Amino acid sequence: MTIEANTPSLSQLSASNGNVRPILEWIARRAEPVAISLGAILAGLALFSIFIAVVGKSPIELFKLMYTGGFGSWFSIQNSLSRAAPLLLTALCVALPARLGLVIIGGEGAVVLGGVAAAAAALPLTGSVSPIIVLPVMAIAGMLMGGIWIGMAGLLRHYRGVNETIASLLLAYIAIALMNHVIEGPLRDPASLNKPSTAPLPPEYLLGNIPGMDVNWGLVIGILACILSWILIEATSFGFAARIAGGNVRAAQIQGLPVGRLIVGFTALAGSFAGLAGMIEVAAVQGSANASLAAGYGYTGILVAFLARHNPLAVIPVAILLGGIDASGGLIQRRMGLPDATVLVLQGTLFVVILLCETLYGRFKIFNPDLWKTPALKGGTV
Amino acid sequence: MTKFLPMNRRSFLQTTAAGAAAFGLAPSLITTPAAAQTALTVGFIYVGPKDDYGYNQAHAEGAAVIKAMSGVTVVEEENVPETVDVQKTMESMINLDGAGLIFPTSFGYFDPHMLAIAEKYPDMQFRHCGGLWQEGKNPVNTGSYFGYIGQGQFLNGITAGYASKSKKIGFVAAKPIPQVLQNINSFLLGARSVDPTITCQVIFTGEWSLAVKEAEATNALIDQGADVITCHVDSPKVVVETAAGRGAFVCGYHANQSPLAPEKYLTGAEWAWGNVYTKFVTEAQAGTPLGNFVRGGLKDGFVKMSPLGPGVSDEARTKFEATHAEMMTGNFAVYKGPIKDNKGGDVVMAGQTLAEDAIELESMAYLVEGVIGSTS
Repeated sequence: MTIEANTPSLSQLSASNGNVRPILEWIARRAEPVAISLGAILAGLALFSIFIAVVGKSPIELFKLMYTGGFGSWFSIQNSLSRAAPLLLTALCVALPARLGLVIIGGEGAVVLGGVAAAAAALPLTGSVSPIIVLPVMAIAGMLMGGIWIGMAGLLRHYRGVNETIASLLLAYIAIALMNHVIEGPLRDPASLNKPSTAPLPPEYLLGNIPGMDVNWGLVIGILACILSWILIEATSFGFAARIAGGNVRAAQIQGLPVGRLIVGFTALAGSFAGLAGMIEVAAVQGSANASLAAGYGYTGILVAFLARHNPLAVIPVAILLGGIDASGGLIQRRMGLPDATVLVLQGTLFVVILLCETLYGRFKIFNPDLWKTPALKGGTV
Repeated sequence: MTKFLPMNRRSFLQTTAAGAAAFGLAPSLITTPAAAQTALTVGFIYVGPKDDYGYNQAHAEGAAVIKAMSGVTVVEEENVPETVDVQKTMESMINLDGAGLIFPTSFGYFDPHMLAIAEKYPDMQFRHCGGLWQEGKNPVNTGSYFGYIGQGQFLNGITAGYASKSKKIGFVAAKPIPQVLQNINSFLLGARSVDPTITCQVIFTGEWSLAVKEAEATNALIDQGADVITCHVDSPKVVVETAAGRGAFVCGYHANQSPLAPEKYLTGAEWAWGNVYTKFVTEAQAGTPLGNFVRGGLKDGFVKMSPLGPGVSDEARTKFEATHAEMMTGNFAVYKGPIKDNKGGDVVMAGQTLAEDAIELESMAYLVEGVIGSTS
């Protein structure tokens, strides 16, 4: 993980030497994660096709259908992008703390409470205040709530030594119970008889679609959040300190880095992204907070973040890939008569193969200029 | 199914194709230009697995009935969450499969999901299970259908009333919403029609599908002395197996669960969606307008009872069959005043009778006297 972090920048290398060698080195180091990830995906698909062949279906037909359903037409592409949008934000909820060495798996809790907080914040304002003000208020409410929720896991971790993975997961269960209480009790719209919900947002308060597309603004917000997170981690001293603390907490403490503030700050930021996903779910899809907020986006985000190796930029293509797999899952069920679990088998296979391929890093000479015949210009790894 | 058709598939196709050409089929229903004229692709969307021994299986069994109809192609998708996913699934069925009629079968699919997609595709037909379609407010190409299953739970209650030795029966419920409360109350009123001293303890799990809590609730009810259990959750499988494993009798719900507990299964209130779907598809193929607000109960063939199990005594069978026959005439009402709720308030006045389609029942918010439990 630290290879990229410590690689000299392209401009530095070009300045130090006029020939193409530094450019080759730069490409080689960056090509490694791309090549290994693609290789892992291909290997995962190959394993999956054996599984499909064993149950007596044609893998070729399946892959054709997956392409048709996920990316084969403008409709399918929009379908995949719509499903990818919430995953961008929930994946960040896992990827950001992961840079500090924390494994947060309770993003679902921040999603549902973020949605509830957004709906609650909007209720007293709709009708009298303009949507231009209400929507940002909803976003802030959702982010605050999500940030507090996952920030609590960070606080417990740093100040009480509670395992953040378990804490965040258990907090997610509490969050869902709280949501059920709120939507069935204090905030229940009396008109929502058989599906308890908060009062629906009037249509003018809904977050609409991106012009020219049948995908809501959540996609743009998600991509922006990924880019900002990447800049935060790669280009700010805050992000640099987080990476140091993630590499070695003791070393970071000796350096005088504020590890506690980093842990709480990063978990809170991560939670606020998941809370924002909940707000978008309310403002763009559901129109009210109800039990459908707990749709598993928080959990799928874990998969996306691990597949993206916790790189916020890589989250974008991985989320779109999983959105596409999800979109094509329906077509596979309908056309091939395979159960819904087929897509879960594929996701699980990809997950395991990609994690296994982590061990391949540094083993290929072609990606490691230090092992080339003429040694590297500068030490690539520190 | 095929044995009911007086002609073979080929001649049936020819006849119906000719008929359709003659009378002119609604263009919206001819969705795949390459296929025969009567071809209709029907999409079914389920919120859980198709083989859950419950809510979703009941719909899938209905879908299986229309699969056998001539000219009908059925496409099904299971485990579809009530999010943008179901909107995209509906669109995908229209755009990629050429579906002309879609049944999104989960309650949460109605608003906003099905309504949004129906507005976008005004030529397609959408019929939703459970929602309350409102004229003038909801698109005309949408509609809702549902069954009055309370009478089925009343019949369950009769068998439970005879089978119970402890005079305590139990109900595992998902959420305290009107549809569920009606079933709990109907179950107890059925049992009390046998013995007015019977009480029914209810436990709400809070979720439609949460196997662990359903098992805990079943065990807790039996620990407190209940010896007949029924439920209203998406998949009664866990409740039925747990209760039967503890030696209690069970009454089923949604679908027939007798294979799970052949000895302990008394009877069950089942959906008969096959009849409802057959009617919709026949209308669609004939080009006649589909109903927008379709409701029915036992007598209309929307609901049926599982065959009585070995635990049902002769006495119980007699009463069950007599009540069933009365229900089939349409003159039976479960809610006949005076009825008090379990806090002592009057909910149905003396002399007042609420038929199964009474609008008051759609917003039920109480548990009747004899039910031990609370709605909040």
